[in-house]
Amino acid sequence: MDYNGAALVAMVGKECVAIASDTRLGVQFQTVSTKFQKIFQMGKRLMLGLAGLATDVQTMKERIDFRLKLYTLRENREIKPKAFMNLVSSMLYEKRLQTTFYTSFALFLLFSRFGPYFINPVIAGLDNEGKPFISTADLIGCSTESTSFVVSGTCSENLYGMCESLWEPDLVPFKLFFTAGIVEVVSNVHV
Amino acid sequence: MSERYNFSLTTFSPSGKLVQIEYALNAVQSGATSIGIKATNGIVIATEKKLSSVLVDETSVDKISQVNEHIGVVYSGLGADSRILVKKAQKIAQVYYNIYKEQMPTLQNVLEVASVMQEFTQSGGVRPYGVSLLMAGYDHQGPKLYQIDPSGSYFAWKASAIGRNSTNAKNFLEKRYNKDMELEDAVHTAILALKEGFEGEMTENNIEVGIAVKDSFKRLLPQEIRLYLSII
Repeated sequence: MDYNGAALVAMVGKECVAIASDTRLGVQFQTVSTKFQKIFQMGKRLMLGLAGLATDVQTMKERIDFRLKLYTLRENREIKPKAFMNLVSSMLYEKRLQTTFYTSFALFLLFSRFGPYFINPVIAGLDNEGKPFISTADLIGCSTESTSFVVSGTCSENLYGMCESLWEPDLVPFKLFFTAGIVEVVSNVHV
Repeated sequence: MSERYNFSLTTFSPSGKLVQIEYALNAVQSGATSIGIKATNGIVIATEKKLSSVLVDETSVDKISQVNEHIGVVYSGLGADSRILVKKAQKIAQVYYNIYKEQMPTLQNVLEVASVMQEFTQSGGVRPYGVSLLMAGYDHQGPKLYQIDPSGSYFAWKASAIGRNSTNAKNFLEKRYNKDMELEDAVHTAILALKEGFEGEMTENNIEVGIAVKDSFKRLLPQEIRLYLSII
């Protein structure tokens, strides 16, 4: 979980939401890259942040993309943030097997691997009525909604501290942008 | 090895017809009449509940079923086949709910059930389902009424009839339907359409009525049906 490191925060404002993350990819204390994407746009007004093991972040992003594209093709509409949260959540709770082709059941048992994706997703978006939605989940998809702020990643204690001191209800977009930004910059000890 | 072969019973006749599907449609045409009407604020589905003997306990027969919170379905044709389809429809809706924690939209359920029915026209060792379904639901897309046939094709209707006398009933509906119709009015029209080809006296125990309004479907109780029958 803290092998590559991440600091993610999402906040609710007045008719708006904000999501922020660092872009560091590390291996413990060694920084490998500072251009690693952890926030992905999943809809016109829907953002997904993934903190955790970098390989699982990228795999999960691709898998969620796949499911989301099928959803939009089938239903011919954009997914609601809440339904999206539940989709991610149910994907994380699925039994995970290695995607090798098994010629027999014995090989299947021998090589199948059960285990979660080591990620903490954060979702921020606005629903059809423009109502803000933020939520987070643990690595097996146990989700929590919030009406204020959610944090995720290796320095969540620091993020909580900054959020609790800086966040206030009904911040306008401009102020919310800076609040989330400052929380991110001050808390993110890696950068 | 046996999985490699597919001995489908539904094969093309030289003229390009699939006679098994036509036979299935005949089974539907000889089944009890079912009516569906879409109104501005909901949908009504109705059917006659014809019993083989007066000794049958009519409270034990349910021809209209609920699929999820807002979808209801009625069939014409083989009752036993319909039970399988209804069970599948309910399960499909529940699987969808488990993933998205949102009620499955009507069209999505129709699509899935229609694919099940299509599969049974192309697989080996099976016969097509001998039922047509009228599926009614009111979701984010508004009130919708779909008909699914044994071939796996589906249509959206403003009003439709399936089963015995469906041609007469459809003619009746063509005359009586208007797009500004409200649900109460639609229930009356549906009952009148059923009455067109009805043999014997119509009572609250030998017809079934179900209504779908915004985000909810319910079957009318016999006493509620009696109320409608009394003011016809």
